[in-house]
Amino acid sequence: MTKQVRQLDRVVIRFAGDSGDGMQLTGDRFTSETAQLGNDISTLPNFPAEIRAPAGTLPGVSSFQVHFADYDILTPGDAPNVLVAMNPAALKANLVDLPRGADIIVNTDEFTKRNLAKVGYAANPLEDGSLDGYAVHPVGLTSMTVGALAEHDVSKKDAERAKNMFALGLLSWMYSRPYESTIRFLERKFAARPELVTANIAAFKAGWNFGETTEDFSVRYEVKPAKMPPGTYRNITGNAALALGIIAAGVRSKLPVFLGAYPITPASDILHELSKHKRFGITTMQAEDEIAAIGAALGAAYGGSLGITTTSGPGVALKGETISLAVALELPLVVVDVQRAGPSTGMPTKTEQADLNMALFGRHGEAPVAVIAPRSPSDCFHAAIEAARIALTHRTPVILLSDNYVANGSEPWLLPDVDSLPDLRVEFATQPNGEDGSTFLPYLRDPRTLARPWAIPGTPGLEHRIGGLEKADKTGDISYDPANHDFMVRTRAARIEAIEVPDLEVEDPDGDARVLVLGWGSTYGPIGAACRALRQRGQSVAQAHLRHLAPMPRNVGEVLRRYDRVVIPEMNLGQLANVIRARFLVDAIPYNQVRGLPFTAAELETMLEEVVKNA
Amino acid sequence: MPEPVALKLTAKDFKSDQEVRWCPGCGDYAILAAVQSFMPELNIPRERIVFVSGIGCSSRFPYYMNTYGMHSIHGRAPAIATGLSATRPDLSVWVVTGDGDALSIGGNHLIHALRRNVNLKILLFNNRIYGLTKGQYSPTSELGKITKSTPAGSADSPFNPLSLALGAEATFVGRTIDSDRKHLQSVLRAAAEHNGSAFVEIYQNCNIFNDGAFDELKDPGTRDDYLIRLEHGQPITFGKDGQFCVVHPPGGFGLEVRETAMVSPEEIVVHDAGVAEPAYAFALSRLPGLDLRNTPIGVFRNVSRPSYDDLVQSQLEAAKAKVTGTPEDQLAGLLSSGDTWTII
Ligand SMILES: Cc1ncc(C[n+]2csc(CCOP(=O)(O)OP(=O)(O)O)c2C)c(N)n1
Ligand code: SF4
Ligand SMILES: [Mg+2]
Repeated sequence: MTKQVRQLDRVVIRFAGDSGDGMQLTGDRFTSETAQLGNDISTLPNFPAEIRAPAGTLPGVSSFQVHFADYDILTPGDAPNVLVAMNPAALKANLVDLPRGADIIVNTDEFTKRNLAKVGYAANPLEDGSLDGYAVHPVGLTSMTVGALAEHDVSKKDAERAKNMFALGLLSWMYSRPYESTIRFLERKFAARPELVTANIAAFKAGWNFGETTEDFSVRYEVKPAKMPPGTYRNITGNAALALGIIAAGVRSKLPVFLGAYPITPASDILHELSKHKRFGITTMQAEDEIAAIGAALGAAYGGSLGITTTSGPGVALKGETISLAVALELPLVVVDVQRAGPSTGMPTKTEQADLNMALFGRHGEAPVAVIAPRSPSDCFHAAIEAARIALTHRTPVILLSDNYVANGSEPWLLPDVDSLPDLRVEFATQPNGEDGSTFLPYLRDPRTLARPWAIPGTPGLEHRIGGLEKADKTGDISYDPANHDFMVRTRAARIEAIEVPDLEVEDPDGDARVLVLGWGSTYGPIGAACRALRQRGQSVAQAHLRHLAPMPRNVGEVLRRYDRVVIPEMNLGQLANVIRARFLVDAIPYNQVRGLPFTAAELETMLEEVVKNA
Repeated sequence: MPEPVALKLTAKDFKSDQEVRWCPGCGDYAILAAVQSFMPELNIPRERIVFVSGIGCSSRFPYYMNTYGMHSIHGRAPAIATGLSATRPDLSVWVVTGDGDALSIGGNHLIHALRRNVNLKILLFNNRIYGLTKGQYSPTSELGKITKSTPAGSADSPFNPLSLALGAEATFVGRTIDSDRKHLQSVLRAAAEHNGSAFVEIYQNCNIFNDGAFDELKDPGTRDDYLIRLEHGQPITFGKDGQFCVVHPPGGFGLEVRETAMVSPEEIVVHDAGVAEPAYAFALSRLPGLDLRNTPIGVFRNVSRPSYDDLVQSQLEAAKAKVTGTPEDQLAGLLSSGDTWTII
């Protein structure tokens, strides 16, 4: 049977199933095949906090959305064009996001009375007409997989588990994906059990062949490669990029790296990744709690390592006192907060940007630190290097605010040339710096950066004591002198302000925008996509994105004042907006959402259109 | 462990230029003097010695030592020192802490440092009171203790610091007293020679808020009958005339004190700090009663187990041994590992 081939410029597919159905892996593989083809990609995994929520229930649904296009895209897509639903729960949980006309591929084997009842379907939605507006493709994914593997030497359970590969094979056929990387992946993954390698490959091929032969799928689609700058690419998640950024910072600073961490979603993967790279001189310590994790990192920094601690919001709360100590000690330290929805345990696998206030202000005393935020998965690599640069050059704690959306989302990453990465080498103090040529003044500052010398234990002649008690200027001796305290508090603030950060750039291709959208962190993608959509419809709007939240670029006030209206979308209740209003006396409009999910480009577009119209 | 070299340092070399600011008569002075005059023995250059402390009167200690030092935050010194020690095996790292610092707010870090066997020498100045905050009861204060925060007497049962350390898998556990310099230094010596965590409880008098807490152990009239001086390889007898001894009654779980005259010599326990089974040192730690009678001092336990520092370093070295090429090449290789594609 010859199939019609249709060209598309972009597609959004969502794989959804029970958390035991392997949807994350399926999505990952599809993404990898798509990357090989050269499309631009953006992905969004969405999984439950429970490791194994009861099978077949709504809380147990896990999904993975992948958006790919023949042009450069900024988000994982608002609404899927295709939903793969492995069971009734997956259908029910995801149908709300599906526009009419979308394709739904369902695993009919799971649509049993019992499973339907579990999620409150009184009638089978595949039969009661409720899906009439959609293009439903009923497929017996489980039974066909088991059938295809009848001759294989695998248990029924293993055969059933391979159904995700059948689904992947079918989708790979539908979208003409190259599958060599998946075959290689299966060979690696099941290397210890060759029978599973052949079974899973057979399931994949059965899915592919099913697409080719069945009449239900009459059309095959193609999405041409995107025009991307030349170079070598890989698909990368934010957490993986962040870990690589830390390794790169170690290489470029020529310092040993010490990571202290206590497991917490969604930051643990950074610990997992870094623990694999000891050959780069990286020590990872799974500490007894977050306080010990940052304490050990600070102790290592005192000894001359690049000290790092990674956590999420609840962990940053515990680390607060030690961050203040690092402020007083003026030692380099990188604190990574992969934000999740709070307060308290909140929604640990969902995203939010509500730790900005804590990063900027959440400590006792006047304890200013530098704060930066990556804007996309691959940007986490460069943000980690930038955090290390600031920490090392300015001898200060730096808080890096990632979030669940960038941490687990992925996109193609143009691999940087290692030699082009910033040189992060710093010099330890080796000589007395007092005027008499023999005393060492641990708090004598570099006039440009206001940083104090980093004199590590083991250096002869520079023995000195540091601590949390207020220190006298220059000597570092304990001091309760009022004027000295006032001076030191102001100096610590000035130290942060002295950090050089690039100017805020504005994207306003039409040049006549009166409305500026200001964002920070992971909202970059949805804001950018919304702005593009508006511009395509003839409206002018400017976009600027803050990477450095403390200190802010020097031109922020000037940029804000150029526009009639400034809109600040955030996944919190207006934390950056408050800072901007207080600091620049600009009547910024906050636009907030805290649903544990990223903004959709469409909702931002609607909101912005309103603002532009009334500007 | 730092290599000893022939240095000619004296106690004076270890005195910093900071004015010592404990209350006159505080036991901390005696400990400071004992440590300063012990340090030259280590034969380690001053720049390779680091004192890390938490918060409390005792934790002011690093300011007075002319070595590297960090006065950190309440309870966290073992954690901070762990990061330092694990990454800098060339240093000799000492932790100074108080009973509140180590056992209350920092209890978690203490036990984890001990179980990891980090190469730290931990000196716990136990005055059985919160000194710096002016006299509240501490986790080592006696049940019923009347303090500023317990006018009707404390309802908390205390920790036995040595039992706690042993339960946390400590490889070296000892106890000494501020006023007995010779003994104090003998325990420090053994602690310094130990590879791994060495936990030393030092009974310290706070003459302002808990004066006389250990008087029976110091008073020439009572001390010999109260103190059990543990000597490795020696039968455990004590009392002015050796009239008491320690035995292990058959069928019993622990150790007991008897009159020497009433037992045959072979029944007397011969002290062996190297007993692998921690139950022995634990039984020793349980001997004293509330009245301080039968208080053992000396080295209770001294066994060998790989230190955290050594394990961490050997993993690093094993990984680095496999490396070829510059770190930059390695990094370039790592970045481009996995599924990549090239656009021309
Ligand atoms: C986070 C925090 N909580 C409370 C305090 C107040 N504080 C300082 S020292 C101390 C207790 C000290 O007792 P101990 O460790 O026994 O030391 P000592 O003064 O007796 O030597 C307390 C509660 C503090 N500095 N930091
Ligand atoms: S309060 Fe007690 S422990 Fe503190 S310095 Fe005074 S005597 Fe020493
Ligand atoms: Mg105390």
